[in-house]
Amino acid sequence: MIATHYTYWIIFALMMIGLYAVMSHGNLVKKLIGLNIFQVAVFMFFISLGRVDGGSPPIITEGIEVYSHPLPHVLILTAIVVGVATTSVGVAIAIRIYEAYGTVEEDNALARDAAEEGTQ
Amino acid sequence: MTALDVASGVLLLAGSLFAVTGGIGLLRFPDFYTRTHAAGLMDAAGAVLILLGLLLLAPDLGSGVRLLLIAAFLLVTGPTATHALAHAARNDGVRVWAEREDKKR
Amino acid sequence: MSTFDLAEAVLLGILIVTAVAITRARSLFVAAMLGGLFSLVTASLFVLLDAVDVALTEAAVGAGISTVLFITALALTNSREATTPRRRVIPAGLVAVLATAGLVYASFDLPGVGDPDSPVQTHPITDTYLRESQEDLHVPNTVTGVLASYRGYDTLGEVVVIFTAGIGVLLLMLGPRRPADEVKDRAYLQTEYRVLRVVSKTLMPFILLFALYVLLHGEYSPGGGFQAGVIFGAGFILYTLMFGLAAVQRVLPMRTLVVLVAVGVLIYAGVGVATMALGGGFLDYNEFNPGNPSGGQVAGILLIEVGVGVTVAAVMVAMFYSLVRRGVRR
Repeated sequence: MIATHYTYWIIFALMMIGLYAVMSHGNLVKKLIGLNIFQVAVFMFFISLGRVDGGSPPIITEGIEVYSHPLPHVLILTAIVVGVATTSVGVAIAIRIYEAYGTVEEDNALARDAAEEGTQ
Repeated sequence: MTALDVASGVLLLAGSLFAVTGGIGLLRFPDFYTRTHAAGLMDAAGAVLILLGLLLLAPDLGSGVRLLLIAAFLLVTGPTATHALAHAARNDGVRVWAEREDKKR
Repeated sequence: MSTFDLAEAVLLGILIVTAVAITRARSLFVAAMLGGLFSLVTASLFVLLDAVDVALTEAAVGAGISTVLFITALALTNSREATTPRRRVIPAGLVAVLATAGLVYASFDLPGVGDPDSPVQTHPITDTYLRESQEDLHVPNTVTGVLASYRGYDTLGEVVVIFTAGIGVLLLMLGPRRPADEVKDRAYLQTEYRVLRVVSKTLMPFILLFALYVLLHGEYSPGGGFQAGVIFGAGFILYTLMFGLAAVQRVLPMRTLVVLVAVGVLIYAGVGVATMALGGGFLDYNEFNPGNPSGGQVAGILLIEVGVGVTVAAVMVAMFYSLVRRGVRR
């Protein structure tokens, strides 16, 4: 059980380290980096599902019979590019927040909002 | 075990040795510049030697040419990256170890 | 334990250590660079897991574009992070540990890694994608075949997502044009980093040529539109970093980029409309060459890969331009 499943467990640990980075840090850029780790770990999980023992990359060549499944690769290709798209939008929003609030720390920005609401 | 196998084995071993010593140097050297030097050695010497070792075992001409091209590009970009790091650090004012030692005395 | 298992275990160990180091790094520049390292080691793991297309994309996107995006973000905000308040660590740690435990418990039902009897391998669609695709498409790289032909709709959606993200970033980062912007952008790198200047100028044609090669050879080897677009964008980002925004805009001005971002999506959707006009369904490439359907398939796949590559490259470069312009303004 351990020998065949330990890959999954380590990938889950990576996912949760990324999630911990998102939840426990207040800095917006650090959250984005943690989200990146989470995403990449999910990709690893998918790809490990498509693997076959003794297989080879799904490029049809003479003489090779067993291939790894191409469908997870296709889905993850899409996911990687969508991931970088969302990361770039997140970075742009973080920059705008910095320009508006003077800080990228979530707590400071929320405190400023609360203070402004208190004075209004 | 033909002569080609032995030669490629020697090259691969030499490349790995460079990689390992580069890693040890990265951890043990006292100063930013010496550490960058160790890392750059890993890139230029270690990777190129490993690629040359693989070149001797290449199954056909296409793979061989690709390996040579990869080695050439690594040789060009690796030391450039090391230079960029060291130059940027110098501009930023990171002090060399010898200067720091002098200041302590 | 075979050498494969050993390599996989070592790579996974490196990934765990890097992830923990990223979480604990106080300086955000260190975290961003370690994030690039994380993506690169993941790309090696993907090669080990037989996912060569994905490895190429992850190396180009994760280790290249993402790192550039984060470092640009850090250049435009401050780079040191404050201490994590205690009240956050305990609940976050608890959630992470409990979720890991739950996932590990759920994984007991999963088939082992590499099991040839798993539902993924025994499903009949595997045969369709691997065997029948050779008669229908004659495209040896089945990932490109599935991406561009069998699942062409999904890829159209993906291109539109990148298009939308590009427009979003441009809307957020670009303001009204001011003539003062052009004066402030000084290419000071030009006087100082002579070695970098020479090397990047020498390498530029190779980078762009390699992008073209990856695009056109995507049917026979790992590659395709996305990787080509990202490599092309990375080349132009390198040029912008070395020579400044004014110099690169002489080659590829912002106006052209904004048009190119849309042209790629137009090519893709246009192929779909063209096949409908020729009598088939949307994105039914057989209609391009009714006498020789696999020839039509190859033509359709090439056209949409070009569309994808154009949009991805234009979006990457346009995003970088807009971020630089935002920084220059300050």
